[in-house]
Amino acid sequence: MTFRFLSGFGAYWMLLGKVFSRPEKPAIYYRQTMKELVSLGLRSIGIVTIISFFMGAVITLQTAYNTENPIYPTYLIGLGARDSIILEFSSTIVALILAGKVGSNIASEIGTMRVTEQIDALELMGVNSASYIILPKVVATLIFNPFLTLISIITGIVGGWIVGTTAGVITSPDYIYGIQYAFIPYYITYSLIKTLFFAFIITTVSSLQGYIVEGGSLEVGRASTKAVVYSSVFILLVNVILTQLLLS
Amino acid sequence: MIRVDNISKSLGGREVLKDVSAVFEPGKTNLIIGKSGSGKTVFLKCIVGLFGIDSGAIWYSDILFNELDFRARKEIRKEMGMLFQGSALFDSMTVEENVRFPLDMFTTMTYGEKLVRVNFCLERVNITDSNRLLPSELSGGMKKRVAIARAIALKPRYLFCDEPNSGLDPKTSIVIDELIREITVELNMTTIVNTHDMNSVMENGEKIIFVEEGEKCWEGNKSQILKSDCKLLNEFVFANALAKQLKESAR
Repeated sequence: MTFRFLSGFGAYWMLLGKVFSRPEKPAIYYRQTMKELVSLGLRSIGIVTIISFFMGAVITLQTAYNTENPIYPTYLIGLGARDSIILEFSSTIVALILAGKVGSNIASEIGTMRVTEQIDALELMGVNSASYIILPKVVATLIFNPFLTLISIITGIVGGWIVGTTAGVITSPDYIYGIQYAFIPYYITYSLIKTLFFAFIITTVSSLQGYIVEGGSLEVGRASTKAVVYSSVFILLVNVILTQLLLS
Repeated sequence: MIRVDNISKSLGGREVLKDVSAVFEPGKTNLIIGKSGSGKTVFLKCIVGLFGIDSGAIWYSDILFNELDFRARKEIRKEMGMLFQGSALFDSMTVEENVRFPLDMFTTMTYGEKLVRVNFCLERVNITDSNRLLPSELSGGMKKRVAIARAIALKPRYLFCDEPNSGLDPKTSIVIDELIREITVELNMTTIVNTHDMNSVMENGEKIIFVEEGEKCWEGNKSQILKSDCKLLNEFVFANALAKQLKESAR
């Protein structure tokens, strides 16, 4: 168990060493990064928007039911929803969802390339396969995931406003006052810093799982599952560390 | 020329290659034959450097390949082309992009020059009007031919083919064999082909190495194979009754 963990950890760092070596032809890497921005970033906007909308709605409703007390002003519902969305949900929960969507996509794509000898073909040509395949994915998610977090924050807050006012748990002026009340801009920075770490974890951990696949389609499926599980666990672990470091 | 001196390789605690030596000459189609699981693919992957070797030496002309670092190997790899068993075309790229890929990576040619070279290579393997197709839209034989076109795009000195006929019908197999043989002579390449297809052996076998249980058991050419006394080779080559009769009549 310890040996497997250490060898996996070693393989991870060795892979990162290969990934971050000097690119052979920057122009080709740029083109690949643009493709990955579309594939991993733009194509995630839909799911992030839908999930964030309903997440914001549920947070607002739950906050309302948990603060049903005459001594609490109702605008606190907006404040509570805002802080929950910014501090935790739009970074961590969205990252966990992306670990499922993007992580499994990356692991299965690279795993299939491995078992169909496409990675061998790259290596044989003298191309640094790890860098060529993984670096554009890492760069694309580091660039795009902060935008996904911002989209999630906005959609979540809007979702809370629409559903909260429709359900009658809060009035529109109270909600709008609440989301502006005692706003700390650093929370956004904190959320974006976490997003960058999570984006890096999702792409690199999932890439490793795909890159080391041996066998056939069954193993590719297993790698895809492992990518989601390991990325999620690491995200939660790093979340605890970052929260302590950045908010204490 | 490629020379392999006493190479051994173990995988998962099992010795897959045992002290194998061979010389592969330029302008010839060199065949490595043997039954499935005999170590042919491992042998080929050791020669191209996809697998490291446990002992021995691999020479490309006068360069000791297995001692080179990643950067130095890269220079030799630019002179290699390989046709993989499953073609290994890049799924996300069109036929044209697949063949252009090595040119994009390693040359400073303009787009127009690259396109001329791509079209030349595709025409050479008898593929026309398929530049915009994806690998998933190609038949098995077409995939192999596109993979050959990609392999020769940089005018390599060395061509490696891992079971080029697997999954192909006999007629298409002959087309692929002829193509490999013609290109080898045309570009004066050192070509090494892994195969267990006996039609290939009889057509292309200018030099044949028979591998059994990771050991080189026999070496010769297609005319010598008919008269060989090597029991293991005969069991492999003349496995069916018709082939046995052929062998007897040759004697």
